[in-house]
Parts: sequence; structure tokens; C-alpha cells
Amino acid sequence: MAKKRPAFYHFLGCVTPHRYPSVEKATNLVFEDLDMDLLDMVGATCCPAPGVFGSFDRVTWASIAARNLTIAEQGGHPITTGCNGCFASLWDSNYELKHDEELRTAVNENLAEIGRVFKGSIEVTHYVDALYDTAGLPKIRKRITNPLKGVRMALHPGCHWMRPKLIKQKDESERPHIFRELCEASGAEYVPYKDELICCGAGGAVRTADVKVSLEFTKQKFDSLADAGGADIIVTPCPFCLLQLDLGQVEIEKYFGEKYVFDVMHVTELLALAFGHSPEEFGLGTHLQYMQRKSQPNWERLGINV
Amino acid sequence: MTEYFASGRNEYLPLQPRSFGNGFKAVIQASARSRCITVTTTEEKPAIDIDDVDLEFIEIIKKTGGPNIQNCYQCGACSGSCPAGALTSFLVRRTIRKALLGLKEEVISSPDLWYCTTCYACTDRCPQDVKPTDVIKAIRNIAVAEGYMLGPHQKVAAKVVEAAHAVPLDKESWQNLRVKVGLEPIPPNASGNPWAVDEIRKITKKSGFEKLIGYEEFMKAQKEKAKKKAEEKKAQKKE
Repeated sequence: MAKKRPAFYHFLGCVTPHRYPSVEKATNLVFEDLDMDLLDMVGATCCPAPGVFGSFDRVTWASIAARNLTIAEQGGHPITTGCNGCFASLWDSNYELKHDEELRTAVNENLAEIGRVFKGSIEVTHYVDALYDTAGLPKIRKRITNPLKGVRMALHPGCHWMRPKLIKQKDESERPHIFRELCEASGAEYVPYKDELICCGAGGAVRTADVKVSLEFTKQKFDSLADAGGADIIVTPCPFCLLQLDLGQVEIEKYFGEKYVFDVMHVTELLALAFGHSPEEFGLGTHLQYMQRKSQPNWERLGINV
Repeated sequence: MTEYFASGRNEYLPLQPRSFGNGFKAVIQASARSRCITVTTTEEKPAIDIDDVDLEFIEIIKKTGGPNIQNCYQCGACSGSCPAGALTSFLVRRTIRKALLGLKEEVISSPDLWYCTTCYACTDRCPQDVKPTDVIKAIRNIAVAEGYMLGPHQKVAAKVVEAAHAVPLDKESWQNLRVKVGLEPIPPNASGNPWAVDEIRKITKKSGFEKLIGYEEFMKAQKEKAKKKAEEKKAQKKE
């Protein structure tokens, strides 16, 4: 009997489907290649952003997040999401609601208004978990037909997949290795830099409140990477970090008059390329940096003939 | 006369270790973002007004998501780990110290509070399990409840109530981008499902969130703004 294909409810969030659809398309390709099913979450909303809504009103934040969880609970499959922010809202609320009875009561009172109830019956995963734990590196390595040999790759793991480390228990947040191993499976060469692990600057409602300050974080990362000798690509597991690092280059040029040119990719886009998909197949060129600068990815450096 | 680093009002002592010792002046000059105040005597430097102390503040923080705040022994690992602390005048340790002293009004009214990106670097390094990020979020909840909400934050909060997405599919060009990469123009989320937006409205009404952010007033003001803009445009066309 054939082994049952793993299935996940696909939580899209806001930034991926509404600003970086190439990530959604690349994810569909990669999961299909790895024999994993992605199921639509019809009527899912904003996660809602953990640092934003969690900072305004914890009960409302947990209620909206729990509503999203109930959509998956009805079907009985785990959720997977490719956004560190969405992962934080859904994973954290799932965890907190399972451990904090007072919060759970308050949330279920709100959910009763729409005939829903949080049961706590499903798990929340990130694409990184689905790829690393469910598919596994051996299967991923077998699927690589276009190893990105010679491509210098810097990483931006971001924050909310692995932090807070004691609660999430995903990776050692001071010396993470899981995201790196996953990206290295593509064949690209890992380039370390000093500020790899600092925040991109977008989270916690800082980008919303003061975009210039948020870009100072991003600039610090870019300068640190330049000091380390630069890289051909920066890879991240989060579309909000992607937006900050990609569109952020255009904004930094506007606010600070300094031009950086880095190709930035989501990890599923990196894997889609390594799995032999052409960049047109998922629209790598639609990243907002290229749309606004009327530019293109540096195909030569990426070793791609177009 | 000694010059000290300061970034806010009513400063007591320099809190950054890097500002101690020799080269004091040089450090001050090197940091363009920091303001300098002059401290000579206690008369010139207002002391902490003990009448303003709100001892209930700690209890509320403990209830709102920062139960371990009283574990703090002010080591500063949080501020030392904080990328925002290096770039702005926000200091986690100072915020927690002031909160522990019961200086509620000073803590919740400070715009610095909103420079934390919630990266949890401090939480992962805190030797006392204070969970500073959760403490900051708890304090922000209290700040919002007491009316300290920044304009752009009110706007994004209203966006979620209105469209169920903080970053909505609000232009045709975003739909075209989806089509360009080979996807359906509208994803299966709330963007194409008005009933989901209704559910969010019901939740935010029931939880008191709409009232908290002044949703009705905000939307009314937005509408009037848009109307005025349209009228101005019309008038310009006539000219």
C-alpha cells in the first residue's frame, strides 16, 4: 500500500498572497515535488500580526488567531505557513490557549459570537518544519536537479520561527543550524556575516510606526554582509523579512541615498530553482524591488540562463 | 559639571555601560542620535516624584502577559542584546526598571516603547526568565488601553477590522501580480470571502477592540477626508 501523503492546511497570511505571490507559487511547486499536499484555508484572515495586534490587545489578537486555527481544526490537518509572523501568531496563540485557561475562556467567549470554538486539536508548523522534518533532507537532496554551485548565499533566518527558544524548542537561536542545512541542500555556498541573526527591522509594529528606523536595522545587516565580502543572494523563511530586505533596498536608497543591490529570496523560491524550475515558472522577477527599479535578478550570478 | 547621556526626560543615571569611563566626550560626539543633558545639582535634575508611583502597575503587567517582571535584577543583558537599543533611544532595562518603580505614566506614554521589534533576542538571553519581550507587549497593551496609540498603528488596526487583512489585496495591480506568476487573481483567504470579514467584525465588536481603537470615528474621518479630497480634485478640474 502506498504511503499516505502528508497534508497541511496552507495558511497564506497577507504579505505572501497580496505582495509576493511568487512565494506562494514556488511553495506550491516545491511541496508538490516533495509529495506533500497543501489544502486551502477558505476564509482565513490576517494571522493577526503578533507584534502589532499582540501589542494592542492580547485577547483580540488571540481570538482572531484562534478563529484561523478553528478552520484547520474542522478538517483535522496541521497548518503550515511560510511566514515567521503568521507562524508566531498561530503557534503562540495555539500554545498559550492550551496553557492559559483564563485566556482560553475569554477567547472562546468571543468565538461563540460566530459559532466557533477553539479545541486545541491541531499543530502549527512552518514551511521549515514541513521541509526539514516531514519531507526531510535526504528526500530534498534527491530532488535537486539544478544545484546552485558557486552561488554565494547569505541567510536571514529571522526571529519568530525559533524564538523564544525555550518555548518553541526549534533550534539553538544563538547558533541555529536547521535553516542553514535546509538552504545548503540547494548546493549554494553559505556565507556567514556578523549580523546574520539580528532582526530585519520590520517586526513589532516598528515598520508601521517609523519606516526609517526599521530600515536602519536592514541597513546594518547589509553593511555587515558587505563587510563579510558580500553575497549573491540572501535567503529568508519569511515574506515580511523578504519585503523588508527586498523592497527595503529601494526605500533605503530613497531615505539614505545609499544603493544596495542584493537578490533576496524566500527559501521555497531557492528550492524551486534548485529543483529545476525556471524563475519564470513562479515569477521570481515580480519581487517588488525589481518591479520598482525596473530591474531583474542577476541571472549570471545565479547561474541561470534566460 | 558632568555631561551625561540621555535620551528621555527626567533622566537619572547613564544606563549604558559604554558611556562610563574615559572617552566619555568622544562617545557622546560619536552618537549623533543621542541628546545631551547637563547635570549639576539635584535642583537642576528633577528627582523621581514618589507621589506618581502606581504600585498596581506591576500587578497589571503580571496579569497582561509579563508574569516574571519581578525576577529582574537589572543586569542589562536585554539592552545589550537589543538591536533597537543600539539604533534608538529605547532601552529594555530602563523600561523594566521604571515599571518596577511604578512609574506607569512615564513608561506607557513614552514613544520609545514602540521601537521594540519583538525579536525576542533579550528573552533568549535573560538569565532571570523575565521574558522582557512579553513584558513590553504587556506594557503596550496597557498603553493602548489608556489611550496611547500611535496614528499609524490605529490605521493598521482599522485595516484588519475593515478588510480582515493588515496588508490587503486593495488594488487591481496586486491581483495582476498574482495572475502574472500563474495564480488565481484572488486567494482563498478573506480577500474573496466577505463572510470572513463579517466574522472578524463580530469578534472585534464583542472583544471591545473596535471601541478601543476608535474604529467608527476613524472610518468616519477617513471618509470625510476622501470626500474632501475628491471635492478639491473636482474644483481643480473646473479651474
